[in-house]
Amino acid sequence: MSQDEDDLVLSELNDEELVLQMHDDLYDGMKEEIEEAVHILLDRGWQPYDILTKALVEGMRIVGIDFRDGILFVPEVLLAAGAMKGGMAILKPLLIETGAPRLGKMVIGTVKGDIHDIGKNLVSMMMEGAGFEVRDLGINNAVESYLEAAVEEQADIVGMSALLTTTMPYMKVVIDTMVEQGIRDDYIVLVGGAPLNEEFGKAIGADAYCRDAAVAVETAKQLIARKHNQVA
Amino acid sequence: MPEPTTETRGRTGKPVLLLACGALAREVLALVEMNGWTHLDLHCLPAKLHLEPARIPDAVEEAVTRMRDAYDRVYVLYADCGTGGLLQARCDALGVEMIAGPHCYSFFEGNATFAAHDDEITSFYLTDFLVRQFDAFVWKPMGLDRHPQLRDQIFAHYETLVYLAQTDDPALDGAAEEAAARLGLAYERRSTGYGDLAPFMARAAQM
Repeated sequence: MSQDEDDLVLSELNDEELVLQMHDDLYDGMKEEIEEAVHILLDRGWQPYDILTKALVEGMRIVGIDFRDGILFVPEVLLAAGAMKGGMAILKPLLIETGAPRLGKMVIGTVKGDIHDIGKNLVSMMMEGAGFEVRDLGINNAVESYLEAAVEEQADIVGMSALLTTTMPYMKVVIDTMVEQGIRDDYIVLVGGAPLNEEFGKAIGADAYCRDAAVAVETAKQLIARKHNQVA
Repeated sequence: MPEPTTETRGRTGKPVLLLACGALAREVLALVEMNGWTHLDLHCLPAKLHLEPARIPDAVEEAVTRMRDAYDRVYVLYADCGTGGLLQARCDALGVEMIAGPHCYSFFEGNATFAAHDDEITSFYLTDFLVRQFDAFVWKPMGLDRHPQLRDQIFAHYETLVYLAQTDDPALDGAAEEAAARLGLAYERRSTGYGDLAPFMARAAQM
């Protein structure tokens, strides 16, 4: 870090500069700076929803692009996510108070036998940032766990994640059970994880395979809009 | 090692190609040496492809296409290795056989044995190769050299480091135990030998 950056005083930046600086700080995983900047913008009268979308989500969108393009790797994305989480923790109660728009509800977890939750956690966080309500079921979820939560939460979306070739077939078990119970069409089913691909998603009957967290958010928005249009 | 003779070459008189992950090189060469399979030629792709498994099918296809004319037949020494079935599909399309199993942890222990403990989901596995290359293939790619605070996040749900040992080497045992300590995990050593790799190579070596 240069001397100039060391001396940077966030509160002395104007709004536009500060938001751009937040994108940089998210990229560099600087949690304390993000938390400080969120407080500064709140003190300046910014709406929590605007801070979330213009500073945090937009910053993570840039991180997501560079991750997809092989410029950033998992450790850097984890640090960026940690910084965003710091900002989100400040904004979350305020977003509830101010009635920020809700796009839909998702239950998400890694499938039975799979404890790898880095990707799932990123999706969960980005979905929340995009305005979805998320119930995170954690790791190692059996079919009952997904379906009970989906019913309880009256969820729109069921999200399943797997890192292992050996655990990804379990996604089909969950979808087949939904079909057997006649509830498959009640939910949008999104799947993701390193060994998955488009063909696998189609073969098991998911609505979409999502390559990364940013794609998951965009896909969820599109499918929710389509669902609402169908109902209308 | 004896020179290949007409008798030990493939049916066409050409040798047999083993196209392998670089992480298997030492083990493949040990089996070749042990069994005198001098008509098996080993060509390795970089082990680092495992950091981006989606690139493995294309890399395998490129090598098979480029090299197959010089060989009697080609065997691929990759398991699924995180390709989600795409490598198997590619090998089928190319008409080459690959070793069965989800990954080398499984075929070294024996696919049937490994599948029998599928409840062992909180175990993090290392092979001889990964013990030797722990920093290059685990510690650094996970960013733990630069951001040690990520360790407890990345390994939050793991409990035990299981060293699947291909050889009986006290130095590797010690290094694996040290790796477990660095990751904050309990340690277990399990001797596997070469598992399903040996019979697969024996089949490849048949005339």
